[in-house]
Amino acid sequence: MAAILSVKDLRKVYDGGFEALKGVSLDIEEGEILALLGPNGAGKTTLISTVCGLVTPSSGSVTVGGHDILRDYRAARSLIGLVPQEVVVEQFETVRNTVRLSRGLFGKPRNDALVEEILRKLSLWDKRDNQIKELSGGMKRRVLIAKALAHEPRVLFLDEPTAGVDVALRKDMWDIVAEMKADGVTIILTTHYIEEAEAIADRIGVITRGELLLVQEKAELMRQMGRKQLEVQLNAPIETLPASLADFGLEIGQGGETLIYSYDTHAERTGITKLLNAISDAGLTLRDVQTRQSSLEDIFVNLVEEDA
Amino acid sequence: MNWIAIAAIYRFEMSRFFRTIMQSFVSPVISTSLYFVVFGAAIGSRIDQVEGVSYGAFIVPGLIMLSVITQSISNAAFGIYFPKFIGTIYEHLSAPISFFEIVLGYVGAAATKALFIGVVILITANFFVDLNIAHPLAMVAFLVMTCLSFALFGFIIGIWAKNFEQLQLVPLLIVTPLIFLGGSFYSVSMLPPVWQTVTHFNPVLYLISGFRWAFFDMADVPIGISLFAIALFTGLCLGVIWLIFRTGWRIRS
Repeated sequence: MAAILSVKDLRKVYDGGFEALKGVSLDIEEGEILALLGPNGAGKTTLISTVCGLVTPSSGSVTVGGHDILRDYRAARSLIGLVPQEVVVEQFETVRNTVRLSRGLFGKPRNDALVEEILRKLSLWDKRDNQIKELSGGMKRRVLIAKALAHEPRVLFLDEPTAGVDVALRKDMWDIVAEMKADGVTIILTTHYIEEAEAIADRIGVITRGELLLVQEKAELMRQMGRKQLEVQLNAPIETLPASLADFGLEIGQGGETLIYSYDTHAERTGITKLLNAISDAGLTLRDVQTRQSSLEDIFVNLVEEDA
Repeated sequence: MNWIAIAAIYRFEMSRFFRTIMQSFVSPVISTSLYFVVFGAAIGSRIDQVEGVSYGAFIVPGLIMLSVITQSISNAAFGIYFPKFIGTIYEHLSAPISFFEIVLGYVGAAATKALFIGVVILITANFFVDLNIAHPLAMVAFLVMTCLSFALFGFIIGIWAKNFEQLQLVPLLIVTPLIFLGGSFYSVSMLPPVWQTVTHFNPVLYLISGFRWAFFDMADVPIGISLFAIALFTGLCLGVIWLIFRTGWRIRS
């Protein structure tokens, strides 16, 4: 599949001298869901804002559907929808009017049936003639999503769409994302919630301090980076590790009652048989054994810490 | 040109106006009536006539200009400042529209509102004095040009302003005094010679004079110069807006 969004060596230095993006390159294929993970201030929002036209890049280039975002901004931007991080809405306007405005701004002719469909999908139809100030915080966020969908984007940016949102809305959000993906829409979302990336993304990019550390298939990333831990519970606690177990890199936990062994699931030999034999040879008896796979969260924390 | 987008901005801005239509309608009616009571009745009884026109009628063009200029500026300035302030401008910046199209939408709406108020004042004035408009077409043209050029100026203020105080600063400290001193309520020929010279440096004089010419076929300065002045002012505003557009000043980081 062709890349619908192509970012090449994108740099952004703000007026104060802060370098928010240090040469980011990224290709996103049509129809995929990419999650951008990164701590606060990593450059996620700057990256999105630059692609969407809110921030002028210092150097580098971005094309959307083959159209350069600066030279051919009309064609590029007409493909893009943006749901901003902060809930910014015109408080005194009605839900329906503000969604209509969004469609108009993108040069699309009025289409009441489509607006109704979007509002219904987002459970906003009952509130269509309410002023936005009368809505709850979660509802206002839905309005922002409705605005972005109103002009039928091919690429949708969701900048922390579920920050501070209740469980029901988060679930709805994921459903909407899945539905849009089924329609062939490309989705780029930033998030703090790693479980979110884990649940809905096809690929995951990790960005920190203006640099893209990696972009990888989610499954591949979890497979490569996934460390497994074997936790051995002993019948009697030990104070020091027997010398015969010194080479396994074990950690002692829970006041000497457990031994924790980390191993790579893809290594030719995981060393488990050898370890269990050695434990038995050392005269220790086992009460329980369990394994634990590291989550995306652990992977993420490891990556960002390594970089720091 | 993305005409649909221009229309969308225009309609959205006008809907704010229609939400408060009574306010928009009642306040110019009341303030015009007050001006007629104060200037027309109290002062007019002493001045009687200015160059053959009753004083009450004489102040009508100045009165309309006063409201139209301040309304054009404040509507356009607030119109663009508000989305900047609350952050909804992100949508305009990410939409496939040029800055020029954004300007057209906002300035068009601001000028329309000011024009509406100008017409309301004209109708109200008709209840107080007899008005025979000498050059009706020129009157309308002057009114429309004033609305548009000062809405452009207001748009620049709205982009420039970083807070609500700055939004009020230029209209309050510069524009309102210039309007009052530009012969809204008197003929320049009534001033001592020194002040007549000083007044000729006031750009608003040329607008009011031209507008008054359209009403009564008499003017403080030749009509050609008035037309040139308003064209120059519009050109200046367009130039500044073009510069803002080129540099993204105070809009894009």
